[in-house]
Amino acid sequence: MTYIAKPRLHHPTLETNKVGYTRRDYEGKISTLCAGCGHDSISAAIIQACWELDIEPHRVAKLSGIGCSSKTPDYFLGASHGFNTVHGRMPSVLTGANLANRDLLYLGVSGDGDSASIGLGQFAHAMRRGVRMAYIVENNGVYGLTKGQFSATADSGSKSKKGVINSDSPVDLVAMALQLGATYVGRSFSGNKAQLVPLIKGAITHGGAAFIDVISPCVAFNNHPGSTKSYDYVREHNEAVSRIDFITEREEITAVAQPGEVVDVRQHDGSLLRLRSLHADYDATNRYTAMAYMQEHQARGEIVTGLLYVDPLATDLHTALNTSAKPLNELDVPQLCPGAPALDKLNASLR
Amino acid sequence: MKRIEALNDFVIKFANVNGSGSASANELFAKAILRMGVPVSPRNIFPSNIQGLPTWYEVRVSEAGYLGRRGGIDMMVAMNPQTWDADVAELEPGGYLFYDSTRPLPPSKFRPDITVIGMPLTEICNAVYTDPRQRQLFKNIVYVGALSVLLEIEPEVIEKLFGEQYKGKEKLLASNVQALHLGRDFAKEHLDAPLGIRVKRADKVGDQIFVDGNAAAALGCVYGGATVAAWYPITPSSSVAEAFQKYCGKFRVDPATGQHHYAIVQAEDEIASIGMVVGAGWNGARAFTATSGPGVSLMTEFIGLAYFAEIPVTIINVQRGGPSTGMPTRTQQADIIACAYASHGDTKHVLLFPEDPHECFEHAACALDLADRLQTPVFVMTDLDIGMNQRMCRPFAWDDSRSYDRGKVMTAAELEAGKDFGRYKDVDGDGIPWRTLPGTHPTKGSYFTRGTTRDPYARYSERGPDYIYNVERLLKKFATAATLVPQPVLRPASRKTPLGVIYFGSTSPAMQEALDVLPESGIHLDALRLRAFPFPESVKQFIASHERVFIVEQNRDAQMHNLIVNELDIDPGKLTRVLHYDGTPITARFITAAITKHVTLSMMPRGKTAQAQEVQP
Repeated sequence: MTYIAKPRLHHPTLETNKVGYTRRDYEGKISTLCAGCGHDSISAAIIQACWELDIEPHRVAKLSGIGCSSKTPDYFLGASHGFNTVHGRMPSVLTGANLANRDLLYLGVSGDGDSASIGLGQFAHAMRRGVRMAYIVENNGVYGLTKGQFSATADSGSKSKKGVINSDSPVDLVAMALQLGATYVGRSFSGNKAQLVPLIKGAITHGGAAFIDVISPCVAFNNHPGSTKSYDYVREHNEAVSRIDFITEREEITAVAQPGEVVDVRQHDGSLLRLRSLHADYDATNRYTAMAYMQEHQARGEIVTGLLYVDPLATDLHTALNTSAKPLNELDVPQLCPGAPALDKLNASLR
Repeated sequence: MKRIEALNDFVIKFANVNGSGSASANELFAKAILRMGVPVSPRNIFPSNIQGLPTWYEVRVSEAGYLGRRGGIDMMVAMNPQTWDADVAELEPGGYLFYDSTRPLPPSKFRPDITVIGMPLTEICNAVYTDPRQRQLFKNIVYVGALSVLLEIEPEVIEKLFGEQYKGKEKLLASNVQALHLGRDFAKEHLDAPLGIRVKRADKVGDQIFVDGNAAAALGCVYGGATVAAWYPITPSSSVAEAFQKYCGKFRVDPATGQHHYAIVQAEDEIASIGMVVGAGWNGARAFTATSGPGVSLMTEFIGLAYFAEIPVTIINVQRGGPSTGMPTRTQQADIIACAYASHGDTKHVLLFPEDPHECFEHAACALDLADRLQTPVFVMTDLDIGMNQRMCRPFAWDDSRSYDRGKVMTAAELEAGKDFGRYKDVDGDGIPWRTLPGTHPTKGSYFTRGTTRDPYARYSERGPDYIYNVERLLKKFATAATLVPQPVLRPASRKTPLGVIYFGSTSPAMQEALDVLPESGIHLDALRLRAFPFPESVKQFIASHERVFIVEQNRDAQMHNLIVNELDIDPGKLTRVLHYDGTPITARFITAAITKHVTLSMMPRGKTAQAQEVQP
């Protein structure tokens, strides 16, 4: 694999955010993915989201599995610690990392091969445990690194580049996340940055397990007629349920025009998700109607995108475990070791 | 018929049915003898099932302090008709058979060379109790009462134990004491007591404690500062995590806030449990998992990642009979090679071999230090025999001046001061690089962790020299590990001898007894107890300084022998394997017989027999 560091040149007029960083500070190494890869657009959206959220890059831990998507954390947030784990097992490693230090922000990046095949179990259990993280699947329905095999999210009837028709049913990670108890579930398209950036911002600030499935066409192996994960196909079949704005708690909340069309959802940290529902009957705070809505449209061949479900007051695994506010990796002997007198007492009870 | 006569030196076995509530009564029996100052070593022998099938509890009583399984049974408490024939057959000639005589058995069911003691336990309980469960449960206490008369166990000691067990539950206390005396009164009136085997108060226990290795390892993790535990239930290791939960609840809850200074997750499988430990270790928490052989098999991919990416991980492997599902509830030392070289590619891992619960505690705490110091997986290799059986051992000890060795973690201040940070750079010459934790510094010290190759600055690289630098440094680190791990313990013979023996782990008590017994046959052995892999230089020297060295272990393929030959470049011709692997704990009788047989064979004139390299008694 080639290894290309990005020159660290900053134009003096580049705009800085509230913590003093320019957008360049959120970049990583130069991508080695194919030109036009949807994954690079997602990296760009993550960069944009983190910059706009005024996150200090080193306070993010970015973890991934194995595959094209899992390479991408190297291409953003260069000042963050990254961890390219093993195939499909990012969720467990991220869970452990999160338990060790609850103060960092956790970004889990995965692919459809990584999360829907080998890692389906780990994906499911991270969702049901409510590990606080933004879990982004860069979903192209194909194995790119091994040159074009179908992944488990490939739609039934879709055609591979070699002309093979997929006969297996697809795994719908969004449906699974909803069913498993994820408290923030969205789907987007790598070619729709306006939708994706606020969706990522909402996920990062969410208080529990946030999942975003991003359809991200593979230009090398899955961007041809017959593919249901190509740029053209997704653009033609996109059914956006909502457009969201993300407003941090520090910003003034402006009055909302057109009552009935916009819902403000305040998250546990005070930030606001402004949901502009494109469909009057769509309620993004109801898990069950979200599931039904999504599946009804899916049956019609439509890809529902936007913020599909959110529980704004979600809590996480640390809450469930009643873990100390001080990160576990900062505790030392006084907090951890009961000491010799307690041991003497224990010895006495064992005689 | 000559009856067995022995004071404070016998083996008694209880044959019961799983789920009958006998376990606590049997444990009460063992503990009462211990409270009388006489060393005991009990062992649960149970099949892999939930309820209704046979289970045994064997108690060795030994004033001399021998805690290994002796072999042979002096008294059988035969409460399971299903296993009657085998149980009766197991008795030593002159032994004693105690049974429930409510339903009379024909004479053909007994042996002429044993003393039979019948007591109508069911009839007694049915007469006193109406509730079916009570009838079953108190039957166990009634037989403990009868045994206390037959073996002269002080009833006050048992009553005191009841008092401790049912503190605040007066009704339960009274009913248990009543059942105890029901048994005692019957025995005094109808049975010929005492027997030839008896217990007499002694002073041979001292300040020793009575605990199982899994609880001890869990406590070692608490004292050693583990904050994240991720596990998946598997026999015989589950009680490690359960005990950790219990001890954390006692010791790790912030009194001011009620918040926990620990996190325990029961993962969805072993892969996820080790994954969580890897993530926590990467992020600077002390983390461990507990598992057994099949769990280790599932974990190997992550273990390889932790080795290569250099992440602290502690794994407590409570070994059981393998391979595959093997014998889930039987003991072996058969994961040595699987753990030493776990994962694909060239890997080597640190293994610790505790001999008893005391060392389970010590080694668990030590493993957390070593994992951080070496930034690598460290296995604590216990087994079912130590892990699930209560054993008498030295009390746990902790030096309050002890701090945790967090290893080479570069701080923000050090980075700020301009200290050169190369994640995989050997700056100190010991093969151990420095690391930074996520979130340390806004602009310095971040790096990308991966299982693929890299240069000393953690940049992806497939260049041969970078790869060689890295893997050679890992070897250097392993050599450093040999100086940091618990060193072997030498027990020299009372006289100069060309014979040596190497042993480790749960073999220890049986070996100690064998070393006392063998000189009676003129066989003197210098003994070396291994406590860790990598092997320090002293192991090589020990082998070099003897003409023949026996290696005693509990597996079929001589795994420790092979590891020694492979790692120390030893001539295998100097070594003799003594192997025990039927799933039961090795006995002193077995070791003594095997070594005696070998010595006898080797003394025969040359040409009469080949030099035996493996002996079975």
